[in-house]
Amino acid sequence: MCTVCGCGEGEIHIEGDDHDHGHGHSHHHGHHHGQHHDHHHDHSHGPDGALDFGAGAAGVHVAGQSQSRLIEIERSILSRNDEIAARNRARLEREGVVAVNLMSSPGSGKTTLLVETIKSLKDRVPIAVIEGDQQTSNDAARIRETGVPALQVNTGKGCHLDADMVATAIDHIALPRGGILFIENVGNLVCPASFDLGEARRVVLASVTEGEDKPLKYPEMFSTADAMIVSKMDLLPHLTFDVEALIANARKVRPRLDVLRASATGAPGLAAWVQWLEGLNGQLRTAAE
Amino acid sequence: MHEMSLAMSIVETIETEATHRGFGRVERVVLEIGALACVDPHALTFGFDAAMRGTCCDGAELEILTVPGMAYCFDCQKNVEISRKGDACPECGSYQIVVTGGEEMKIKSLEVC
Repeated sequence: MCTVCGCGEGEIHIEGDDHDHGHGHSHHHGHHHGQHHDHHHDHSHGPDGALDFGAGAAGVHVAGQSQSRLIEIERSILSRNDEIAARNRARLEREGVVAVNLMSSPGSGKTTLLVETIKSLKDRVPIAVIEGDQQTSNDAARIRETGVPALQVNTGKGCHLDADMVATAIDHIALPRGGILFIENVGNLVCPASFDLGEARRVVLASVTEGEDKPLKYPEMFSTADAMIVSKMDLLPHLTFDVEALIANARKVRPRLDVLRASATGAPGLAAWVQWLEGLNGQLRTAAE
Repeated sequence: MHEMSLAMSIVETIETEATHRGFGRVERVVLEIGALACVDPHALTFGFDAAMRGTCCDGAELEILTVPGMAYCFDCQKNVEISRKGDACPECGSYQIVVTGGEEMKIKSLEVC
């Protein structure tokens, strides 16, 4: 285990390469030298074509000798993440890519919705997907079956994607110029809320099989979202779920939240979500020109 | 448990500062954490204890200062204090409020030698 951060060796990995860079490099997540993303410092490529973050031993520090003094730092704890996120955002804008960060609890239907969304959108809009999960490449494989490129990022024990992982991932995926890059975050309603990835929009899913009070239980997630999709709408006839109560709760924490309804079986609602995405893509593209 | 990531980020930031400002060992780290920041101070302290090992922060004391959560209410047009997101305006009960402070997560100062 890494003595600096407690993460295990080779925990975080991104699939997509066939060569092994080994684990002999130091671990500071590439943060010491101000480099833009020299991946030799961040991760390595496993034998199964995966990129590993978090490999290698902790840096050694030599203590100096002087008298105790107080120094003001006044730096945001997330400043490093935010700097990388800003670089991701600038790069994606430059390349004409609209990135959408999809977040929700596990099992609310992110991947299924994404598969159906891609099927109805891919003939008109270029699409690529970054899939975040702790383990397995199952979701990226499901996306690839639709014919669009997908890259799996395994966070190991990590509970969220961070900007650095996304920076590496966009180095390794064919960016969909003039189109949409979906970033499916790790299923978790807590931690992903705090980490800017450089996306254009943050979208949270809440399925009708969850509670109407999810936005009140996890306000951070909903308060940072641009839109909420009420998913699995096709199951509504079988449930006692008050969609309006869910929406009212979400707007308590985020008064100006766009709300969409969708189900992966198509009707009702998928078309409205697809339209929202096309509108976003057109709108951001016009703004950039 | 994103507090572990935050703890790692704190240690990385301080190690960078140590190189730039030329100090060796850190005795005390003072953080400013907003009441509305998505951070559990207890989990952050736990994470820091693990993250500091073998670095210039090894053995450092962590002090967390809490900044109150502030919001502006569009209905009663007042600046009010709230303890968490999703709370109504304590003056008028409206949810048409916007958070104006208390989300910060900052390394404020260090005591070094």
